[in-house]
Amino acid sequence: MTEDDLDRNRRHFLTVATLVTGAAGVGVVAIPFLSSLKPSARAQALGAPVEVPLASIQPGEMVRVLWRGRLVFVLRRDEKMLGSLPNVVDELRDPNSEVVEQQPEYAVNDTRSVKPEYLVVEGSCTHLGCAPLEDFEVRPAEGWGGGFFCPCHGSKFDLAGRVYKGVPAPTNLRVPPHRFVRDDLILIGQDQGAA
Amino acid sequence: MGKFKKIASLMVFSACFVATQGLASSGGGSHMEKADIDPDNISSLQRGARNFMNYCSGCHSAQYVRYKTIGKYLGLSEEQLIDNLMFNADKTFETIQTSMPSADARRWYGVAPPDLSLMARAKGTNYVYNFLKGFYVSEESPTGVDNLVLAGTSMPHVLWELQGYQAANFTKHDNEDGSVETTFEGFEALTAGAMDAEDYDEFVRDTVNFLAYISEPIRSDRRKLGVWVLMFLIFFYILASMLKKQIWKDVN
Amino acid sequence: MARIEAEVGKPQGGFMKWIDDRFPFTETMEYHVTKYYASKNFNWWYIFGVLAFVVLVIQLLTGIFLTMNYKPAAADAFASVEYIMRDVEWGWLIRYMHSTGASFFFIVVYLHMFRAMLYGSYKKPRELIWLIGMLIFFVLMAEGFAGYLLPWGQMSYWGAQVIISLFGAIPFVGEALVEIIRGDYSISDITLNRFFALHVIFLPLTLIGLVFVHIVALHEVGSNNPDGIEIKKNKDADGKPLDGVAFHPYHTTKDLVGIIVFLMLFSAVVFFAPDMGGYFLEHANFEPANMTATPEHIAPVWYYTPYYAILRAVPDKLWGFILFAMAVVLPVFLPWLDRCRVRSIRYRGWMYKTALAVFVVTFVSLGWLGLQPATGTYVLMARLFSVLYFAFFLLMPFYTAMDKTKPVPDRVVYHG
Repeated sequence: MTEDDLDRNRRHFLTVATLVTGAAGVGVVAIPFLSSLKPSARAQALGAPVEVPLASIQPGEMVRVLWRGRLVFVLRRDEKMLGSLPNVVDELRDPNSEVVEQQPEYAVNDTRSVKPEYLVVEGSCTHLGCAPLEDFEVRPAEGWGGGFFCPCHGSKFDLAGRVYKGVPAPTNLRVPPHRFVRDDLILIGQDQGAA
Repeated sequence: MGKFKKIASLMVFSACFVATQGLASSGGGSHMEKADIDPDNISSLQRGARNFMNYCSGCHSAQYVRYKTIGKYLGLSEEQLIDNLMFNADKTFETIQTSMPSADARRWYGVAPPDLSLMARAKGTNYVYNFLKGFYVSEESPTGVDNLVLAGTSMPHVLWELQGYQAANFTKHDNEDGSVETTFEGFEALTAGAMDAEDYDEFVRDTVNFLAYISEPIRSDRRKLGVWVLMFLIFFYILASMLKKQIWKDVN
Repeated sequence: MARIEAEVGKPQGGFMKWIDDRFPFTETMEYHVTKYYASKNFNWWYIFGVLAFVVLVIQLLTGIFLTMNYKPAAADAFASVEYIMRDVEWGWLIRYMHSTGASFFFIVVYLHMFRAMLYGSYKKPRELIWLIGMLIFFVLMAEGFAGYLLPWGQMSYWGAQVIISLFGAIPFVGEALVEIIRGDYSISDITLNRFFALHVIFLPLTLIGLVFVHIVALHEVGSNNPDGIEIKKNKDADGKPLDGVAFHPYHTTKDLVGIIVFLMLFSAVVFFAPDMGGYFLEHANFEPANMTATPEHIAPVWYYTPYYAILRAVPDKLWGFILFAMAVVLPVFLPWLDRCRVRSIRYRGWMYKTALAVFVVTFVSLGWLGLQPATGTYVLMARLFSVLYFAFFLLMPFYTAMDKTKPVPDRVVYHG
């Protein structure tokens, strides 16, 4: 190899080495900036699980709470409501909660809940996100078994948050992670497995 | 010539840098002792945290500090954190608030006890150290004490049980222009507290150490990261220098 | 197969050709970057222009991310900065880079301006570059001032109070002007909000525009060099200056080294001494703004103190303001105050060398004095150095004309 060749090789090597090191440096510097976009400690604190005491909720009554800025319904179903659930199954799009994303495992059952009495669902219509209204009055003449009605585009959900056929909403109302801390206290935002 | 100037200016910069560090840790009059805290001493910080929560948090909040952050840095389990340091908060992600309503505090003391999240950074550790050691008996004061570092302070001598009470000796000196100069001569112990002077100093030092920590929790991490960053840059510098020399070889 | 080097403006094949047919990309890159010829004998005084650009980029980037989390309202601002420092992931690093960058911006810009004074870079035909540069300096001072209010600490509030009140010294329009600046009868939430708009949008855009124009003006006439001679006077057969080398790969590789050294100093501060003993992040600013209690010792941030010292040296509010303004503006006139036939200090006589050395001592001393309380001997010293400061400029037409110069070589001095 001539001295010129050695020079050229060295030059090539150094150029590549410098470029690679520089690129690595730039890549590493990008990490803090991009990470800063993640939810901050405050967001995580504010997004912490929410406790809902159940003692004051009467059968047939529903309370609204906010978890992570989202509306969550906690409905205490009475005997009549629970009894009506099987009747509407034929009119539902996804009666067996087969769409996995819409509920945790422990809510894949006939009542879509941990305990049959208490329904916990996000008050966000799965069509475009409006807050559905409660409509628990049974009106057999209209074929309405009670549940939720979305005023925006007319989607309907039953008393287990399951979506009816023939409405714009594609899936059942989402069941958030939740667990019973005690019989009279639900914690929304934490799964059953977690302590 | 260019290289020499570069080295010289780097040395000047480093000298300035070192000098300003000296400026940072000092501060205050000649009677100010050095706090001499060791930010890496976790046991000291744990004691300081305990001291703070037990003696200070009754009146002073540290509103920017989350319990969780302290627990993690001090190596405490969630249970230890809740049992030992959390008195009026439930969740570890909460910030250190005081139970004393600020409106009441203002009425009682004339001024609301300031939040302490950044006190060590605003005033310096030496200031806080000497402040906590600087209470002396004063008949004119509604709290019965005054403070050498902050004359006229509304804060009572919260740690009196530990330090005991001391008197401050001053000498007055008439200046030529008619003004009177008061010089502090020293403290004189009046009543003993539960701790002797050395133990009290350590108590205060631990507390100041903790206050310094909460004023910038990230300090330890940033210094560790800095070492890596500089090492990378030194490596990068060597490569880039070699590349530059190689490229400039054909310039005459 | 031999690789054929492309000439200026000749587009490459394929994708680049598509771009170049529609946009003067390669042409611009070559004219302004890769094939811009600059002298081969640049010393390290020539790194500060590039460094200023690097700091500008750092400030813009970190500034954007800070703006995502900062709240420009008096009730929230201070807390939002602590939020960034503690709760936002890596927020502390972004904040420290921005505060350190602000101080380094001025260090770099002062040294960049000093280079021009060493080598006569403001002389014909580069007067316009200098004028634009001075404009950049004024905008930068405003940008720093507006930015400093944002943390809403004790020093932010009271520093702004003092400096804005200064403008009240202007006869007739003073008080009205101060009210217009503040948007309120005292510095308030309203002032903070508008300073935020200035600091984040108006001044940065102006700065970017001016930097662009500054570089275009430079490229029009070509860079100066430590010998102060025009390298375009001696060209080779291809029309390239004999004493010049193409920006790429020569100055790019050299500047990279300078940038890395800069980053080492910058990182040392960010990671080990972001407060810089209270000079970069002032201690008093870790206390939230309190309109009822002025801190013991108000001083502007270190980079304004030379001018602040001159202001305080004058025992009259109006004249203090006038002289302060004059001190800031006077360097604008350097291209016309400097009567020397020769550009670079290397070939000037002892008068200019002495004057410049005295100026350096004066400027640094004034800076230091601006940080001290205005008492006793400090006042006397500030007055003395203020006189020296003005003398440097106002006597320049005389001592530069009288100065005996050395013969300037035809070609640059390069030792390899």
